[in-house]
Amino acid sequence: MYEGVVQDLIDELGQLPGIGPKSAQRIAFHLLQADGADVQRLITALAEVKEKVAFCTMCGNIAQATLCRICADPRRDGQAICVVEEPKDVVAIERTGEFRGRYHVLGGAISPMDGIGPEQLRVAELMSRLASGEVVEIILATDPNIEGEATAAYLARQLKPFGLRVTRLASGLPVGGDLEYADEVTLGRAFEGRRLIDA
Amino acid sequence: MPTYRDQAIVLRTHKLAEADRIITVLARERGKIRVVAKGVRRTKSRFGARLEPGMIVDLQCYEGRNLDTVTQAESIASYGDQIARDYRAYTSLATVLETADRLTEERAPALQQYLLLQGALAALAGCTHDASLVLDAYLLRALAIGGYAPSFFDCAQCGDPGPQLAFNVSSGGSVCPSCRRPGSVAPNRATLDLLGALLVGDWDIADASLPQHRREGNGITAAYVQWHLERGLRSLPHVEREPHVEKLPLATGFTT
Ligand SMILES: [Zn+2]
Ligand SMILES: [Zn+2]
Repeated sequence: MYEGVVQDLIDELGQLPGIGPKSAQRIAFHLLQADGADVQRLITALAEVKEKVAFCTMCGNIAQATLCRICADPRRDGQAICVVEEPKDVVAIERTGEFRGRYHVLGGAISPMDGIGPEQLRVAELMSRLASGEVVEIILATDPNIEGEATAAYLARQLKPFGLRVTRLASGLPVGGDLEYADEVTLGRAFEGRRLIDA
Repeated sequence: MPTYRDQAIVLRTHKLAEADRIITVLARERGKIRVVAKGVRRTKSRFGARLEPGMIVDLQCYEGRNLDTVTQAESIASYGDQIARDYRAYTSLATVLETADRLTEERAPALQQYLLLQGALAALAGCTHDASLVLDAYLLRALAIGGYAPSFFDCAQCGDPGPQLAFNVSSGGSVCPSCRRPGSVAPNRATLDLLGALLVGDWDIADASLPQHRREGNGITAAYVQWHLERGLRSLPHVEREPHVEKLPLATGFTT
């Protein structure tokens, strides 16, 4: 254990995902020895991200205004919605350049063991986006693992009465991984070869 | 470094560092163990989907100071993957796996729990019986193996021969008039017969049961499980008990 404020910093860093006690200690001592201006930039970045960044009221993606960059762009195709788990999946799919429609970020996958059912995700918001009748295709791009498959199965079933074209990314994407780790080529191919779901 | 090999059912996974996961498995010989799978979240991982919940694998690990590390995982049955395609069965799967996790201790062999779990997964994947009935059968039998066998006929307290009318979760099931305590309920006899059939695996009776008795049985089983496992099961409220009925969307775009 260290002196009060140093230990507080280590404890706070240790709360971050993927940071164990040893890493937290290492980062804390790095910051202690770092140049004052460098640390100030980090503090500013942290403060600004909390202050200026919010979530898009339409799709749930990260946004700096009411709507995110993609929802606000009139050149995007309003007929297709690609459903993903996290904002970082939007980034991964945008990198492929394969998709010109809009997104819907669920905020995770259905995971009953973690107490997460459809009500804990932005599922109702997705359904309400369909009311206008503009959307004709929903692409389910949840992670290719068990929770992601089950979430896709749930959505496909709920979407069935709407009579839309509901597709799932092609299984060229090896199952078991996180979408964010797929390379652009694999993800792009998975997009091109997406298949219709028969719920 | 010492290595070992065991058949294992994946119970749950937790993200670890950049692309690893901690995998909790129920192993046939070793009981519940927690192992590290390195790089498993990368889409090009050699483990693929084999270390996902509900999968059964032939596992090879080397022992570490705290956690063991997976070196090989060969698929024995990919039940989890099959079940995930049926949302209703998936919600039952989650409760089955959470219960198995809660009823077993780390590094304590639990062969009976292993075999019961394996059977439940096969039934959910094969759709041989209604998913909700498979869940209740699993829960009752897992608790029985854990030492909390309920009685649905004779008095659970004094053994007075049944059929008994009253049922009390905290008393262990059916109770006779003299053992009956406040808070007891009087379920339909057919419901108790259904639960008794599920407990011993009499599927002829269970499959022929009526929806209202299944519904009452779901409630009794859930109450029994929540009572005996100190903290409730997180997944249980999310189980989809009733078969899905397709509803037409609200026709907001139409006027009449
Ligand atoms: Zn948006
Ligand atoms: Zn009695």
